[in-house]
Amino acid sequence: MARTLTTPDVSGLTVQPGALSCSRADFFLSNRGFTVNQTDDVIVRLEGVSKHYGATTALDGVDFACKAGEIHAVLGENGAGKSTLMKLISGVIQPSDGRIFVDGEETPLPTPRAAVERGLVCMFQELSLVPDLSVRENLMLGAPGSGLGRLPGAIVRRAQEVLAQIDGGGIGMGARVADLSLAERQQVEIAKAFARNPRLLILDEATSALNASVVDKVFTLIRAECARGVGVLFISHRFHEIEALADRISIFRNGALVDSFANGAHDYPAIISRMVGQKITDLFPAKPRARPEAQEVLRIDDFGWNGELTDVSITLRKGCITGLGGLDGQGQAAVLQGLFGLLKKTEGGIVLAGQPITLNSPGDAKNPDIGIALVPEDRKTEALILQQSIAANMELAAVGVRGINAEDPALYQPYTDALELKCESLDQPVSQLSGGNQQKVALTKWLALEPRCLLLADPTRGIDVKTKTQIYALLRRLADQGTAILLLSTDYEEFIHLCDETHIFYDGRVVRHLTGDAVTAENILAATLNIPAQQAAHG
Amino acid sequence: MADLLRANRREAIALAVLLALLTVYLVTHPRGMSTYVMTIWANQCLILALAAIAQFFAVIVRGIDLSVGAVMALTNTVASYVLAGSGIGLAGGVVLVLLVGLACGLVNGILVVYGRIQPIVVTLATASVFVGLALLLRPTPGGQINYDFADAMTLDVLGVPTALIITALVIFGFWMPLRRTGLGLGLYAIGSSEQAAFQSGIQVPVIRMASFALGGLFAGLAGLYFSFVTTTGDAGIAPNFTLNAIAAVVLGGVALRGGVGSLIGAVAGAFILKTIGALMFFSGLPPLAQPFVEGLILAAAIAIGGADILRVRNRLEVFGR
Repeated sequence: MARTLTTPDVSGLTVQPGALSCSRADFFLSNRGFTVNQTDDVIVRLEGVSKHYGATTALDGVDFACKAGEIHAVLGENGAGKSTLMKLISGVIQPSDGRIFVDGEETPLPTPRAAVERGLVCMFQELSLVPDLSVRENLMLGAPGSGLGRLPGAIVRRAQEVLAQIDGGGIGMGARVADLSLAERQQVEIAKAFARNPRLLILDEATSALNASVVDKVFTLIRAECARGVGVLFISHRFHEIEALADRISIFRNGALVDSFANGAHDYPAIISRMVGQKITDLFPAKPRARPEAQEVLRIDDFGWNGELTDVSITLRKGCITGLGGLDGQGQAAVLQGLFGLLKKTEGGIVLAGQPITLNSPGDAKNPDIGIALVPEDRKTEALILQQSIAANMELAAVGVRGINAEDPALYQPYTDALELKCESLDQPVSQLSGGNQQKVALTKWLALEPRCLLLADPTRGIDVKTKTQIYALLRRLADQGTAILLLSTDYEEFIHLCDETHIFYDGRVVRHLTGDAVTAENILAATLNIPAQQAAHG
Repeated sequence: MADLLRANRREAIALAVLLALLTVYLVTHPRGMSTYVMTIWANQCLILALAAIAQFFAVIVRGIDLSVGAVMALTNTVASYVLAGSGIGLAGGVVLVLLVGLACGLVNGILVVYGRIQPIVVTLATASVFVGLALLLRPTPGGQINYDFADAMTLDVLGVPTALIITALVIFGFWMPLRRTGLGLGLYAIGSSEQAAFQSGIQVPVIRMASFALGGLFAGLAGLYFSFVTTTGDAGIAPNFTLNAIAAVVLGGVALRGGVGSLIGAVAGAFILKTIGALMFFSGLPPLAQPFVEGLILAAAIAIGGADILRVRNRLEVFGR
């Protein structure tokens, strides 16, 4: 199955970008049964490409091709080799073995610059923006045609047009990238990639921090590019995105190309079982009956901060998973930070088990008398110290907490077991782990404290399906054991299938409190845009 | 205007501090403000400013250059041999001195980029080599510089100290245009996030080499200007200038972690540092108490730059600074 994707030799065939056609009919005909038409406009082809890191094999003898005018989704668990594939095609890393052909000619891609010059433009999962430079400067950075001399201004105008189309028109060109939210940075990253006139656009988790309405606009743009003859390589962990966008789907597992087929040829369960190599019955654990009368653990009353949060009142109950939703930057993240002692001069009160408390630092919050833990949004910069070992990272939260011996491995074992943390040893640096496994370390670090109240900021962002199910199952089990969980998410399916109740934020206020049957995709979407609910669905 | 100030907050603070100190200096100076006083002051400031610029080019790409003073010593001793003549010989001597500085910078750059050794280690080693060469050239201070030429570079033009004109030339004729080029942008990109710069298609090795080469060139300029001011060659000046150059870039708001700050800030920092020293000289304080007070003023000047941290309402933002 996998090896049938080998394409006929097309060396000598040069393809002019303008001459490409994008006929869906041709495409589907030519791809049925995995035989590739001789005249297909292959932009990049890999032949027997492998990549080894020491003893680890990230990619193993992969044959792969991307064609003009095709949206090609690449699926796989974290660590399956998708990101390695993207990095090879965009010149960030070099293959240990095998050959790369661009337009039919064998072409080494020693640097990202070499790739960009051939029209292979990648939007990286680890954002490729320079934090201390302005948006404008970032857009010009390394743009095609720029050298050590004059900077191309035209690319900024092109990028601004792209930004305007994906709700990013409000991002100031002079703003420092470090001051932008994660979602805004992703929008800039998208604009930067589109403005470079790609022939093959590589999107690695391009929309993971964006909300649904922006994602739609990005997709419209991607389709338009594809219609112009641009090839698109697309990695995402959100199935509905892949279904909506992809022409063709390739599945990777353990560094090998497992299968490649036209979108629609297989249904979700079939795709998932190919990805994980085993059948996953349900993404989400069974949801128990709602318990609105459960004992109150934590409550915030008329909480406000710095004009970014106003009159927010939320109650967390024992055994309940409470969702926080909304467009990005509507204040939901500030609620988590406020509850973890990160904000100064907050208004309103925090009441823990009936007692008003004040939190002046994360140290206060994690104190066993209070027992609040926060797993932050950006695991690479906020949750983990990448160069340090797994063990050192896990101990970090427990160090200095009364009554806990942070060095005791038994503290962490139940959670690493439940989450099936994959590593060579606990002395391995966290940076060597895949994104999903990194998140498992970040979760374990805080769960070891057995918090009464667990705050989670988008814990499944950019995480593979299998890890997601493990995290969901663990969260439900913790809730059943009595932990109150506050879950900020950008994936509305988590509100529907995992959370017991959900607060939707808009402009620093809670605009809807959804419970029970009222938690539907339509209601969530309407509330995030602050449109009054159509039906009387107040729970 | 407000936006411009906010974007260049660090430079604005440094300039404000400098103006305040300069005012105090001129008011307390027994001879008051005159071309003579200003010229002496500006000459001292410019030597350190050029050294600070050399340091700036290392720091901006997330490095540090411990050989700035050593390159100055080497170029100064070379200058004391080749700048005694006149006409073509003198011009050739100036070019030779600057080429020596550039070569020193290139050696640092090659070792850092292709040797893949940390800048602090590389420049610690090369600093010894450069000072060693300088000592071989001039075991004791001596030599001479063409007095007419030295005067032309260190006095004034129509009442404006030449040193200030050179400073303006460096800022407006060199730095402002450079900042708008791919090289200028690349310097910041590499210092701020080397990985992001590489993935954006920046030629990281070339730019890092260029940065160290520019650093060497400016250290050479500092050595050259030092020669004009002292009209002699001295191999023993290195340690003082290296440390002061680092202090100057920090004072001027250049972050030692790289990617933040500007050449203007580094220049302002150098001017501040020298002005504080000059203030002490005329302050009437007992000489033994002067280092103590000088340190206090230095600490206060740095604190002003960091004062807005008190206004931060999200504790996480403290770490981004």
